[in-house]
Amino acid sequence: MTIGLYHPGQSALHRASAGAKLSALVVVSLALFVAPSIWVALASVPIAFAVYLATGAPFRRLMAQLRGPAILLGLVFVFHLAFGSVAEGVLAVTRFATLILLASAVTLSTPVSEMAELVEWGLGPLRPLGVNPEKVGLAIALAIRFVPLIAEEFRHIREAQAARGLAANPLALIVPLVIRTLKSADELADAIEARGYER
Amino acid sequence: MTKDVSTRDIVYIALFAALMAAINLVPAIQIGFLPVPITAQTLGVMLAGSLIGAKRGGLAILLFVLLVALGLPLLAGGHGGLSVFFGPTAGFIISWPIAAFVTGWLTELNWRRMNTVWFFVFSAIGGIGIVYLIGIPWLAMVAKLSLWDATKGSMIFVPGDLIKAGVAAVIAETVRRSYPLMQAAR
Repeated sequence: MTIGLYHPGQSALHRASAGAKLSALVVVSLALFVAPSIWVALASVPIAFAVYLATGAPFRRLMAQLRGPAILLGLVFVFHLAFGSVAEGVLAVTRFATLILLASAVTLSTPVSEMAELVEWGLGPLRPLGVNPEKVGLAIALAIRFVPLIAEEFRHIREAQAARGLAANPLALIVPLVIRTLKSADELADAIEARGYER
Repeated sequence: MTKDVSTRDIVYIALFAALMAAINLVPAIQIGFLPVPITAQTLGVMLAGSLIGAKRGGLAILLFVLLVALGLPLLAGGHGGLSVFFGPTAGFIISWPIAAFVTGWLTELNWRRMNTVWFFVFSAIGGIGIVYLIGIPWLAMVAKLSLWDATKGSMIFVPGDLIKAGVAAVIAETVRRSYPLMQAAR
């Protein structure tokens, strides 16, 4: 099952481990902030773009995903033009572009389940502080399971309220959604406790 | 999550994280005199704090932010993935769990006298105050803007955020009255 932004494939990025990709991303972002050179930042954008394309996802989808960040970076650049200097603006925007492209490449090439395993593994050392990685894993799994269910619930409520002429009223949509969620949470917790999960 | 988080708490945390995702399906509203559309995102942050308290509300939003980082497109407009944490607005998203915690903490302290007005005040302190307190300096630092410019750029969102705090307050008060388990759960 594929959920989320992951795009299945066989590229070198897909074969690399999630840990390696994340560490590389952190190293690159630190390097770009520690050494703020405009030439390095400019040169890194095409490289990052090549990495982004190398994920093998459909070109149209790759471009569509960049629209939001591009608008945001455009705004940042306009602010620099209006109140700051062009050089600073170029440095800030190219730095963002590189990091956004690389981070998107990691997300496109790593399944959510692999990322979740990495989180559980990463939390292991925090066990002495009282952090229980299995509970975090349970919370992640439950939430992923319930996102489509609650979204479905939301569509039902919207249809019901539309029939009453209330489809545009956020109160009429969210209050029943919250109450139903609280109810299902109580029922689910009862069910888990009744089956003797933990104590 | 720490030792004092029970299985029941985990369920609440997970379901509220999922609820936050569903609330983002509410389409952005364009109000005539405001320059930017209002998305429902921080509405979920305010509601989590107001409805399930500091610890569970904060952890629910932390879980939501984690799900986004894992690669789920749960932000308004179907955005998500690691890239949002490397963009200029990362500070705002990272502030959400703290914002939900603060709203929840103030709500718990004053639980006996909660009404729509207090829900509004505490939603605004967490969901606007804390969010801007962390988001704006972060934006200024990573985008190489001055603090003042970053503040100016963010101000266009304040009117929408105030409306959201109002909506969150009315929802929280309605739920507080209509779902009595809330108090028992506390």
